[in-house]
Amino acid sequence: MASLDLMVLVCLIYVAFLFLVAFAAERIAAHRTVAWLQSPWIYTLSLSIYCTAWTFYGAVGYAARSGMEFVTIYLGPTLVMAGWWWGLRKLVRIGRSQRVTSIADLISARYGKSNLLAIGVTMLAVIGVTPYIALQLQSITLSFAAFSALDPGETFDEKLAVFWAAGGLAVFAILFGTRNLDANERHHGVVTAVALEAVVKLVALLSVGIFVVWGLSGGIGPTMERIDASRIGQWHVDSSRWLTITALSAAAFLCLPRMFQVMVVENSDEGHLRTASWAFPLYLLLMSLFVVPIAAVGLEVMPDSANPDLFVLTLPLQEGKTVLAMLAFLGGFSSATSMVIVAAMALSTMLSNHVVMPIWLAFKKTGAQVSGDARAVVLTARRISIAVIMVLGYFYYSLSGGGAALASIGIIAFAGVAQILPVMIGGMFWRGATRIGAAVGLTVGFVLWAYTLLLPGLGGGALPDHVMAEGLFGISWLRPQALFGFVGLDPVVHSVFFSLLLNTLTFCALSIVTFPSPLERLQGAQFVNVFDHSTAARRWTGSVAQSEDLMIMTQRLLGAAEAQSLFATEAKRQGVTGQLPTPTPAFLERLERVLSGSVGAATAHAMVDQIVGRSAVSVEDLLAVADESAQMLEYSSQLEAKSDELARTAHQLREANDKLTQISLQKDSFLSQVSHELRTPMTSIRAFSEILRDSEALGPEDQRRYANIIHDEALRLTRLLDDLLDLSVLENGRVTLNMREGQLADVLDRSVDAALAGADRPLHVRRKRGAEEVEVATDLDRLAQVFINLITNAQKYCDAPRPELTIRVHKHAAGVTVDFLDNGSGIPAEAQATVFEKFSRVHAERAGGAGLGLAICREIMLRLGGDIAYLPRPGGAAFRVNLPAALVREAA
Amino acid sequence: MGRKVLLIEDEANIAEAIRFLLAREGWQVEVHADGTDAVDVIRASAPDLVILDVMLPGKSGMDVLQELRANGPMRSLPVLMLTARGQSRDREMAEQAGASRFMTKPFSNAEVLTAVRDLVAGAARP
Repeated sequence: MASLDLMVLVCLIYVAFLFLVAFAAERIAAHRTVAWLQSPWIYTLSLSIYCTAWTFYGAVGYAARSGMEFVTIYLGPTLVMAGWWWGLRKLVRIGRSQRVTSIADLISARYGKSNLLAIGVTMLAVIGVTPYIALQLQSITLSFAAFSALDPGETFDEKLAVFWAAGGLAVFAILFGTRNLDANERHHGVVTAVALEAVVKLVALLSVGIFVVWGLSGGIGPTMERIDASRIGQWHVDSSRWLTITALSAAAFLCLPRMFQVMVVENSDEGHLRTASWAFPLYLLLMSLFVVPIAAVGLEVMPDSANPDLFVLTLPLQEGKTVLAMLAFLGGFSSATSMVIVAAMALSTMLSNHVVMPIWLAFKKTGAQVSGDARAVVLTARRISIAVIMVLGYFYYSLSGGGAALASIGIIAFAGVAQILPVMIGGMFWRGATRIGAAVGLTVGFVLWAYTLLLPGLGGGALPDHVMAEGLFGISWLRPQALFGFVGLDPVVHSVFFSLLLNTLTFCALSIVTFPSPLERLQGAQFVNVFDHSTAARRWTGSVAQSEDLMIMTQRLLGAAEAQSLFATEAKRQGVTGQLPTPTPAFLERLERVLSGSVGAATAHAMVDQIVGRSAVSVEDLLAVADESAQMLEYSSQLEAKSDELARTAHQLREANDKLTQISLQKDSFLSQVSHELRTPMTSIRAFSEILRDSEALGPEDQRRYANIIHDEALRLTRLLDDLLDLSVLENGRVTLNMREGQLADVLDRSVDAALAGADRPLHVRRKRGAEEVEVATDLDRLAQVFINLITNAQKYCDAPRPELTIRVHKHAAGVTVDFLDNGSGIPAEAQATVFEKFSRVHAERAGGAGLGLAICREIMLRLGGDIAYLPRPGGAAFRVNLPAALVREAA
Repeated sequence: MGRKVLLIEDEANIAEAIRFLLAREGWQVEVHADGTDAVDVIRASAPDLVILDVMLPGKSGMDVLQELRANGPMRSLPVLMLTARGQSRDREMAEQAGASRFMTKPFSNAEVLTAVRDLVAGAARP
């Protein structure tokens, strides 16, 4: 039989072995990178601190009491790991980029480095985890007791055992957890030891399971029969409890300080999550494989008085399998120790960074001139914190008497830390989440959890009976287990539902209502878009800091060697090797990050602040910076407006210049055209007058013919000059219009007569007199000039064998149109666009004029307030003269 | 000896005046009034001299000259250019296009006769 002394000896040897492993791992990691230390398997196994003594021993007890419900404890983490690995990846990335040291640090960093929030989360975690630690102490004590029961010679003092267990674990945790300070130097030793313990507990539980199924029960078949026959086979599924506990375990998996420690803080590579996402669920599956068989067989084989929580241990002992029992004991011991060490480490980090250090800093206002060694202070704070946590656990155990079932304590702790979840998830994915929302949400959740689950769970007068029965102040809807009159719900479901619901609602509502500070907005963006910017925002706007002071402080926090190497690296980066680096904003930012690994983000922020001679970066400071940048923005937008205006002016100038150039070109072209038009008739006149002058032998016939040419060309010149003058007057707007009233028909009569008088080619003009009965009030002579021009053009250029011109008058609301349509071949499409331009001639070979007629028509119509247009149509030329309604008098 | 002048001019009166002047001096004168087919007409007619107006319907005298000078046996055919737009730019353009001589309207009859005589004589000389 194993004596108690032997047990203690085995424990000591085991712990010494673990310590050796941890020490070796740390040593190796300090000198070089070793592949297996960084492997995803170590990471996955370290996650198994989720499986504490509660799961090692308690799962069997849970199954014995509540059937298959124990599965929910494994289901939550499995769902998170397999289904939400991308969220975990984000969490790990945020943890890395913000150099987060704990879950309290994470929440604090997200909500504007609020130390108040950090303290809140720390308190919540301590209160939530203390019972959990008590649970581990209890399990170790119970397992010792189970052994001692077999040895009647020993007297087993339970209280003393718990005390020694707590003390031993505290020493162990202090030795492991507070060896170094910078969170970036991960606790390789602890993680390796935890991974080893994970293997031990798995092997132990599997061994017991195999022994029970094949050794005791006689194989799978008989075991299944026993299960069916036992109470476990008959337990019904309470779906609301299943859902609640699955959700709780998932939340706890994310929020438990120790889980956050191994999953985020100790993570060295995001890629490890890929392996863990399937390997960790597999580990949980193996851990739960034999729970039901052990429970079923235990219920049948063991006496009714036996504690089902210890079946894993007592079944082998009962059968005399001491070695197997010893292995099971070591498995349970491993579960308990690994949990306690990591939890104590995580909690002590939170306590020292967010509670002890800020208090210490408040007393030592002068920052760099502090007497004493900050590094020593931090380490001492952590060691004391661990001790305090263990003492709290010990007292909790002593006070509660250790009577409560293991599983129910675990669930209560789960529900407590789950209150952090809304604030954490909200911070990761919602930029609008604010510090006030987070603080109030957390408080509401915490109070409701304490009131509805923690205090009633303590029993024994933690809450007076009348409060339990009648509600606070006698208000019945404030009854702890029937809030708002919800009677009959399972207490856990009831508490989790209301605490998380109101927590989340308050958090969201206040976040929407309140406005985040600039720092919160910065950090919110850093968290939510962590994948977009891997470097943090530079909050330092430049300051005159004393490099020596920074150096001294860093030395005190990190140790001389570390500080010197850090400053040397920075000096090299700045190109001033051998000197102290300039405290550039980037360097201060980096330094603050490194320090935040030792003392937490908010504290590091405050310390660097003090040294660079500024008070803490307050909201006002940040607002001032924001105002400044707003002014800069304003100024630059003014500049932008000015430059826009300049650009517009330049554009206008350019346009004006283009227009002038164009006008100048037009003028040149016009003069050149005029020159040509004048020189052409003059050429003929000069040539023939010289012929007449010089030739004596010219016949009278020729003499007359040439004199006629001279006469015609002189007339052409006169016409041209008349046209040019007319056009000039019209274009300059100096024309005087002789406005009169008259019949359109009369104007057309006059125009046709004038145009066709002396015409050498016949032109048949078709008109509809009825339609021409329109009274117009305008310059009738000018209108007639336009008509004459159009009729003359038709007379000259209509190339039909029997030329015809149709004049069609049409009255409509907008005025009167007069169309001139001939039956010739019309004006070619390419010439239509320029037909009203000066000197544009369509029929060059038959040109009678200079090509000014239609240009004059257009100017006249413009002056009269109407217009003239060419009507593109198949067939002959078609012009439309528009007389607007203003020119038209209603016929009497 | 049939010394032939091809006159390409769309103004009928100017063409008549030049035709009268040259015919009286014993030149054989052909008149054409369009620019479009002027190059073909010149090639077909193979005159001793071309008098070419710049402002022609269809195709400008400059283009006709350029095309004429570009290839074929008409490279060295004397061409007298007439223009009614008396700008120096026109003169430069005409010289670049390969005009043998350039004359601005209105011209004196003696001027034309001298130019024609000179150009034909210059071309005939080896």
